[in-house]
Amino acid sequence: MSSLAEALRGFRATYAREIGAYFGAPIAYVFIIVFLLAIGLFTWEMAGFFETGSADLAPFFAWHPWLYMVFLPALAMRLWADERAGGTDELLLSLPVRMPGLVLGKFFAAWTVAAVALAFTLPMWITVNALGSPDNAAIALTYFMSLLMAGAYISIGAAISSLTSSQVTAFVLSVVVAFLFTVAGWPLVLSGVADVAGTGMAEAVARFSFLTHFEGAQRGVLELRAVVFFVGVIALFACLNGLWATRKRLG
Amino acid sequence: MLDIKGLTRRFGSKTAVDKITFSVAKGEVVGFLGPNGAGKSTSMRMIAGVLEPDEGDVLLDGHSIVSNRRDAQASLGYLPEGAPLYLDMTPPEFLRFVGSARGMEKSALGGAVDRVTADARIHSVSSQTIRSLSKGYRRRVGLAAALIHDPPVLILDEPTDGLDPNQKRAVRALIARMAPQKAIVISTHTLEEVPAMCSRAIVVDQGRMIADETPEGLAALATDGGGLEAAFRDLTDQSVEAAA
Ligand SMILES: Nc1ncnc2c1ncn2[C@@H]1O[C@H](COP(=O)(O)OP(=O)(O)O)[C@@H](O)[C@H]1O
Ligand SMILES: [Mg+2]
Repeated sequence: MSSLAEALRGFRATYAREIGAYFGAPIAYVFIIVFLLAIGLFTWEMAGFFETGSADLAPFFAWHPWLYMVFLPALAMRLWADERAGGTDELLLSLPVRMPGLVLGKFFAAWTVAAVALAFTLPMWITVNALGSPDNAAIALTYFMSLLMAGAYISIGAAISSLTSSQVTAFVLSVVVAFLFTVAGWPLVLSGVADVAGTGMAEAVARFSFLTHFEGAQRGVLELRAVVFFVGVIALFACLNGLWATRKRLG
Repeated sequence: MLDIKGLTRRFGSKTAVDKITFSVAKGEVVGFLGPNGAGKSTSMRMIAGVLEPDEGDVLLDGHSIVSNRRDAQASLGYLPEGAPLYLDMTPPEFLRFVGSARGMEKSALGGAVDRVTADARIHSVSSQTIRSLSKGYRRRVGLAAALIHDPPVLILDEPTDGLDPNQKRAVRALIARMAPQKAIVISTHTLEEVPAMCSRAIVVDQGRMIADETPEGLAALATDGGGLEAAFRDLTDQSVEAAA
C-alpha cells in the first residue's frame, strides 16, 4: 500500500492542477459545448432521432467513436506538449516523483472532462424514456463502454502529446493514430485488407479496432474482451506516455 | 551537502560537461561562472536529476542522483534556466502544486506556502495569475517554489538573468537571506553577481573547470591587474587557446 502511494506520489497534485487548468480557462467549457452541439447535430439531423421515434439511443452511440476520434485528441493535446513548450517539463522532472503519478494525474483529469461532457448527454436518455420504454440496462452498459473507449482515445492523445512541444502537431498525429485504431474495424477497410492479405489478416486487424470492440456494447452486450481491450489500450499508451515524457532525461 | 564527482555529459561528439568535480558545504554560496555554452545549465540539469550523466555522480545530502534519484531530488531546490512556471496559476496555487507534488502533507503545506511567500516577498501579487506578473516577480515565484520544502541544497540557473537592477537586487537579497542555512550554487555569465553574493567562484569553459577561487583570488589571477573581469577574460581566452 505504501509502495503504491509512493508510486502514485504526485497524482493528486497533478490531477488537481490539470482540472484547474481545464476548468479555469475556456477550454473545458468550449470542449463540452462544442462536443454536445456536434453530437446533438449528428444524432438528430443525420440519424433521424425524432423521425424514427424508436425508443433507443443507437443513432446517438453510433457516432461516439467518430466524434471521440477528433474531439478527444483536442482535449489531450495540451497535456504534455504544453509542458515542453513552456519549459515546465524541466520542473516536473526535477520533482522526487515517479512517472505514474504524473501520467495518470493528467490522464484522469482529461478523462474527467470527457466524463462531464458525456454526463451532459443524459437528457437524451431521459428523452427516450419519455418516448417509449428502452432497455435501460443496455443503455447504461453502452454509456459505460463509451466512457471506457473515451479513456482509450485520451490515453493515445496524451502519449502522443509527450512527443512534441507543438499542440497542433500533437493533435494532428493523435487524430491520425486514433483514426487508424477506429477504422481498423470498418467493413471497407477490412474487405480491403482481406483482398490484399487474406481474411486471417483482416481478422487480426479487426482485433485492434475500436469500432469492433464498441459494437457489442451498442447491442447492449457486455463483452469482457472489449473491456480488457480498452483497459489494455489505456495501459499501453500510459506506459508509452511515461517513457516518452522521460526521454528528456537521456538528452 | 553537495558533492559533484567527475560529472560528464556528451552530446554526439561534443563534450558539453567534462569531469566537473567540486563540493559545496552548508553556508557556502558558489558562483558557477562561464560564457554562454560553457556547460553550466547542462551541469545543473544533471545535478537536478533532469538529465542523466554519461559519467560521474552527484551526492545531494549523501544521496546519489544516479542510484537514488528521488531521495537526492527531495534534498534539492532547483530553479531551471528562465524560471518556467504555470502561467495560468496564481503564485499560491503554483506553490501548493509543487509542495503537494513533492509529497508534503496538507497540514504542512499552508505554513510552507506562507513562509516562502514571505521570504520571496511575493505576498502582494498572491491573487494575480503568474501570466500577469513582471519578470522579477516571476523569478521570485520560481525561487519560492525551489524553497517550498526547505531543501539543504539550492541550484539556481541564472536567477538574475534578464532582470532590471531593482529586480536583481531583490533576488540577491533573497538568496543572501537563505545562504547561512544552505549549500547554494548560482550560475551566471555576468561577473557582477560574484562579489555581490558569492563566497566562492568556479569558472567553467568548454565543459571544463578552469578555476575554483574566492572572488578575491579570482581577481588576483588577472595578468593586467584588471580585477574580476580581466581574470575571467584571461581564463576563458587561455582555455580557448588550449583547445585550439
Ligand atoms: N540537449 C542538448 N542537445 C545537444 N546539445 C546540447 C544540449 N544541451 C546543451 N547542449 C550543448 O552543450 C553546450 C553547453 O550548453 P549549456 O549547458 O546550456 O551552456 P550554458 O548554460 O553554460 O550557457 C552547448 O554547446 C550546447 O549547445
Ligand atoms: Mg545556461
